[in-house]
Amino acid sequence: MRFMLLFSRQGKLRLQKWYTATAERDKKKMVRELMQVVLARKPKMCSFLEWRDLKIVYKRYASLYFCCAVEEQDNELITLEVIHRFVELLDKYFGSVCELDIIFNFEKAYFILDEFLMGGEIQDTSKKSVLKAIEQADLLQEVSGYPW
Amino acid sequence: MALKIVKGSIDRMFDKNLQDLVRGIRNHKEDEAKYISTCIDEIKQELKQDNIAVKANAVCKLTYLQMLGYDVSWAAFNIVEVMSSSKFTYKVSCSQLQLQSVDAVLITTIINSVSLPLVTQDLSSPNQYDTGVALTGLSCFVTPDLARDLASDIMTLMSHTKPYIRKKAVLIMYKVFLKYPESLRPAFPRLKEKLEDPDPGVQSAAVNVICELARRNPKNYLSLAPLFFKLMTSSTNNWVLIKIIKLFGALTPLEPRLGKKLIEPLTNLIHRALDLLYGMVSKKNLMEIVKKLMLHVDKAEGTTYRDELLTKIIDICSQSNYQYITNFEWYISILVELTRLEGTRHGHLIASQMLDVAIRVKAIRVFAVAQMATLLDNGHLLTGNMQRNGICEVLYAAAWICGEFSEHLEDPMQTLEAMLRPKVATLPGHIQAVYVQNAAKLFATVLRKQEGTTDSLAAQETSQLLIDRLPLFVQSANLEVQERASCILQLVKYIQKLQQKEVEVAEEVTALFAGELNPVAPKAQKKVPVPDGLDLDAWINEPPSESESEDEKPKAIFTKEEPKHTRPRHTEVDEKELARRREARKQEQANNPFYIKTSPSSQKVYQDQPGVEHIPVVQIDLSVPLKVPGMPMSDQYLKLEEERRQKERSERKKKEKKKKREKHGRGRRADSGPESEEDITPAHHVDIVTEEMPEVCWVLLQWPLTDNEKLPVRTHRPAEAVKSPVEAGNGESATPEPKKKKEKKKDKERKVDLSSLTVYLTLFFSHIVYDVQGNLQDGSQVVVSVIFENKTDHFLKSMEFNVLDSLNSKLQRPEGSSPHDGLAVPFQLPPGVSNEARFVFSVQSIVMPQKLKGTLTFIVKTEDASTHEKLDFKLHFTCTSYLITTPCYSDAYAKLLESGELKSSSLKLEGVIMPFHHLLARICFHHHFSVVERIDSCASMYSRSIQGHHVCLLVKTVSTQRVPCLEWMSSILESTR
Repeated sequence: MRFMLLFSRQGKLRLQKWYTATAERDKKKMVRELMQVVLARKPKMCSFLEWRDLKIVYKRYASLYFCCAVEEQDNELITLEVIHRFVELLDKYFGSVCELDIIFNFEKAYFILDEFLMGGEIQDTSKKSVLKAIEQADLLQEVSGYPW
Repeated sequence: MALKIVKGSIDRMFDKNLQDLVRGIRNHKEDEAKYISTCIDEIKQELKQDNIAVKANAVCKLTYLQMLGYDVSWAAFNIVEVMSSSKFTYKVSCSQLQLQSVDAVLITTIINSVSLPLVTQDLSSPNQYDTGVALTGLSCFVTPDLARDLASDIMTLMSHTKPYIRKKAVLIMYKVFLKYPESLRPAFPRLKEKLEDPDPGVQSAAVNVICELARRNPKNYLSLAPLFFKLMTSSTNNWVLIKIIKLFGALTPLEPRLGKKLIEPLTNLIHRALDLLYGMVSKKNLMEIVKKLMLHVDKAEGTTYRDELLTKIIDICSQSNYQYITNFEWYISILVELTRLEGTRHGHLIASQMLDVAIRVKAIRVFAVAQMATLLDNGHLLTGNMQRNGICEVLYAAAWICGEFSEHLEDPMQTLEAMLRPKVATLPGHIQAVYVQNAAKLFATVLRKQEGTTDSLAAQETSQLLIDRLPLFVQSANLEVQERASCILQLVKYIQKLQQKEVEVAEEVTALFAGELNPVAPKAQKKVPVPDGLDLDAWINEPPSESESEDEKPKAIFTKEEPKHTRPRHTEVDEKELARRREARKQEQANNPFYIKTSPSSQKVYQDQPGVEHIPVVQIDLSVPLKVPGMPMSDQYLKLEEERRQKERSERKKKEKKKKREKHGRGRRADSGPESEEDITPAHHVDIVTEEMPEVCWVLLQWPLTDNEKLPVRTHRPAEAVKSPVEAGNGESATPEPKKKKEKKKDKERKVDLSSLTVYLTLFFSHIVYDVQGNLQDGSQVVVSVIFENKTDHFLKSMEFNVLDSLNSKLQRPEGSSPHDGLAVPFQLPPGVSNEARFVFSVQSIVMPQKLKGTLTFIVKTEDASTHEKLDFKLHFTCTSYLITTPCYSDAYAKLLESGELKSSSLKLEGVIMPFHHLLARICFHHHFSVVERIDSCASMYSRSIQGHHVCLLVKTVSTQRVPCLEWMSSILESTR
C-alpha cells in the first residue's frame, strides 16, 4: 500500500499515512487531486478506480471517506477488507466511532492504524491482538502522563 | 533558572493543548489560516522552552498541523529531540509525526547523526511498546543507509520473545529488504522460520512479507511451495489465504506441477465464492454474472470444476422459480450453449431445465422448439458421450419438446427424419423411448400438413419412412422402446393401408395426441374442491369397537388390565401362572447363547439395573415438561378426546363400586400398623425386577402420551382408595404420605350451558437436570400443563387463566402484575381445536396436598355477538406430584432405612384386583417411584421429592381369603439439606 487518507465529505483531511517517502509538495498535490476525484463520484459507483499509476480503493463510512492507494498488482478486494477492518478497529476502540472521535483523538487513530498496518502491509489480522496492544500502550501512556 | 522553570510551568497552564487547537481551528472556520499562524507562533515559543513536556505538547500540535497540510519541517530538529525523550507518549506522538514528511535530505542527515543512536537505543529497550513505536516509526522512513545499519538489529528482534515485537520486526524487514537487498540472503532463513511461528500474528506477517517479496522474484521462493501449501490447507485465516493464493499465482507459471496440486484446495475456495453468487444475483445483473461464469466454463480445465460451474449457473438462474430471469430466450440459449460441454455429468439437469422452461413458459415454446430441433439435428455431436447422465440426456428433452409442441416446428419432416436416424439406436434406452413416442407425434403433425396440401403421395412416403425405420427400435433390447415401437409400427401400417384407400387419416391420428400436458404444482391437489356429498371423515367401514381399539394401543399395562376387570378370575391365576412362566423364560434364556444373562450376584444386578434405568429416566423426566407439541401430540389430543368420551360412559357405572372401596380403604387404614423394615432387607430376589423393569421403563417412555383422564376411566382402585382418606383430612399433618391419587382433575363443567369447554389439567414437575442432581431445594416449582379443548361450535378467544393463590402455592405471574391478575392463554381456539398451555406454580411446602380454585374466563364469539364466559375448576396438587423418579441402589436404600430418620405409616387396601407387577408399574408411572427390589409379591420402592425428601415405600400383597391386599409403608425424611 502506498498511502491511506481519511477525509470528510467537505474535503477536510482527517488522517493521512504515507508508506513511501514522498515530498511534501507532491503529497499535497496528490491529496488535493485525489479528493476531487473521489468526492465527485456518485454513491453507486465502483469503489475502485485507476489513478495515475495506482489503484485507488475507497469506501465511504457516514461522512468520512477512507481511501487507500495500492499498486497495480495489488488486490483491490483485500484492500477494501483492510479499510473495513480498520474501521472495525476504530469502532471497537472508540465505541461506535464518529468523525469527531477521529478529529479529536487523531493520534489514537494513527496508533491503531500503526498497530494494524505497518509499512503498508497488514501487521496483524487479529482484531483482538491489535486492540490489546493499543490498550497496553494506553496504559503505558497514562503511567507516563500526558504531555498536555 | 528556578524562576524560569516556575514561569514555564505557569505558562503551561495557559498553553493550548492539542484538544484546544483542534477546537480552535473548528471555531475559526472563516479565518483558519490566520488562527493557525498565531498557533504556529505559539508553538515556536513553546519549542524554545526547556521543559520537555511543553515541547512535546508543541510537537503534538505540529503533528496535527502537518496533517492539515502545513509545513513543519522547520521543527524537525525539535521533533527528533522530543523523540529522544524517555517518555512513551512523546515518542508516540513523534513517530506519528511521520518524519518522512521532512525533506529526504534532512532525514538522512538528521537521522544518521542524531536519531540513529536513539532508534537503536529504543530497539533494545526493555519495554516492548517502546521498541514497537521505534519500529513503527522506522517503517515510515527507512533509507538505504538506515536499512544497512539497522538490518542486523532488526534481525535480532525477529527472534524477540514477545510476538508483538517479532511481528513488527518481520514486517519492517520487508522495507529493509527493499532498501538494502543485500540483507535478504542472511535474513531469509530466519524469515522462513517465522512462517511457522506459534503466534498467528507473526505468522501472517511473515506470509505477507514473503508473498510480497515473491511477487518481485518468484523463482527464489519455489522451494517454499510445500510449506505454503501446508499453510494454505491448514490456515483458517482468510487474509493469509488470500496472500498465499496470490503467491501461488506467481509460482505456478514456474512450476507446472504445482497447478495440479492446487486444484483441490482452490476449487474448495472457489466453491465458497460461487456460493456467494446466489445472494448476489438480481434481475439486473443475472445475465452479466452468468456471462462471466460461462467464460469460466469455457476456460475451465477440470471436468469437476466445470460441472460445478454448470450446476451453479443453473441453480442461480432457476432459484425461486426463475425469479431473476427476465428473458427466457436467453436462458434457453444458455442451456443450449451448455450442451456443448463435453464429459459433463449433468446432462440430466440441463434436460430437466429445458423441459421445465418449455412447459411452463408458453411464450418461449416457438423459440425453444426451434432450438431443440437444431439440437436433434446435431444429435450425433452429443452422442459421443453415452454414459448415463451424460450430455446426451438433453436429447431426451429435445425430442419431447419437439414432439409435444410440434405445431411450432418449421420443418417437422426434417426433425422427424433426424429422430429416426439409425444412430439413435445407440442412445440410452429411456431416450430412445422418448424418441419413438415423439416420432409418432411428429408423424401426426406431418400428416396433417401433407394432407392439407392434397399431396397424398408425400403422406404415404412419410408413413413408409416410419415403417422402414421403426423395426430398428422394435429390435431394441430396451423393453419400453420395443413396446412403443411395435405398437406405433402397427399403427402406422394400419394408417398406410387407409392411406392407400385414399382415406384422410390426419385428423384421427392427431386425435391420438390431442390435449395439452400441463405441469402440476406440488400443492395442486389441495386446490381441488372436495365434491359434494363426499365426506372424507366418514368411515368407509364401521370403525372397530372402542374397547378393541384400546387393546391395539401399545399400552401394555392398561391393556392387560382391561380384560382383567371384565374377567376377574384372571388375577387368581396370576401369581402362580407368572411364576411358572418366569421359570420357563429363565430356562429359555439359559439355553439361549445370544441372551446376555444377568450376573448371578443379585447385588450386582441391582447396581446395573438402576444404573441402566437412571439415564433414560432422568432424560425422560426432563423431556416431558419441555416437550414441544410435535407430531405425536396431535395423536395425543385425539386420544384424549376418545378417552374422555369413554370415561363419561363408564363413570356412571363405576360410581357405586368406588364408594364401597373408599369405605374399605378408610376402615383398614386405621388399624394397619407400620411395617417393619426387615421385610425389605432379606432375600435379594432379583429376577423379577429385571423382568419387570423394561415394562416400567417402557411406561415412562410413553409418558408424554398419558393423560390422567385415564385414571378414572380404568378401575384404578388403589388410587381411589388412598385418595379418599387424604381428602377427608385423616390425620396426615405430621406424616405426609405419598398420595395415591394423582394430580390432575377433570373439571366439573357444571357451569355454562352453552359451553362444553373441557379443561384437562396435567401437572408436571419442572424437571431440570441440575435440579435433579443437586439443587433440589430450588426446584420448588411445578409446571402445570393444561390442555384446552374447544368443544363448542364457536370461536373462543381472550382466554385468561387465573388461580386463587393459597399461602402455599402461587401461580407465577409476570413481574408487576397483582396476585389477582389472570394469565392470558397465548392462543385462541377455533371450534374443535385443542391446545396446550403451561403455567408455573411456586410451592412452598410440598408435604401437604393442595387444592387450588381457579377460573378460566374467555370470550365466545358467535356469528352475531360475543359473550364473556367463565369456567370454574379445581387444581389438585397431591404429594406425589412433587416426587421425582430417582433410582436408588439397594444398599443405599438399606442404609436409609437403617438410619432411623424416616417416619412411617401404613395402610391397607382391599379390592385391588390387578396383578402385582401392574400395580407396581402404575405406582412407578403415576407416582414417580422406582422399584428398588421386588420379591414375589412384595416390593420396596423409592422416590424423592423436589425438595430432597426421601420417600420409601413397601408394597405387599397379603393373601387372605384369596383377596390380594396392599400394605403400605411409607417414610419421609425431612431433609435438612
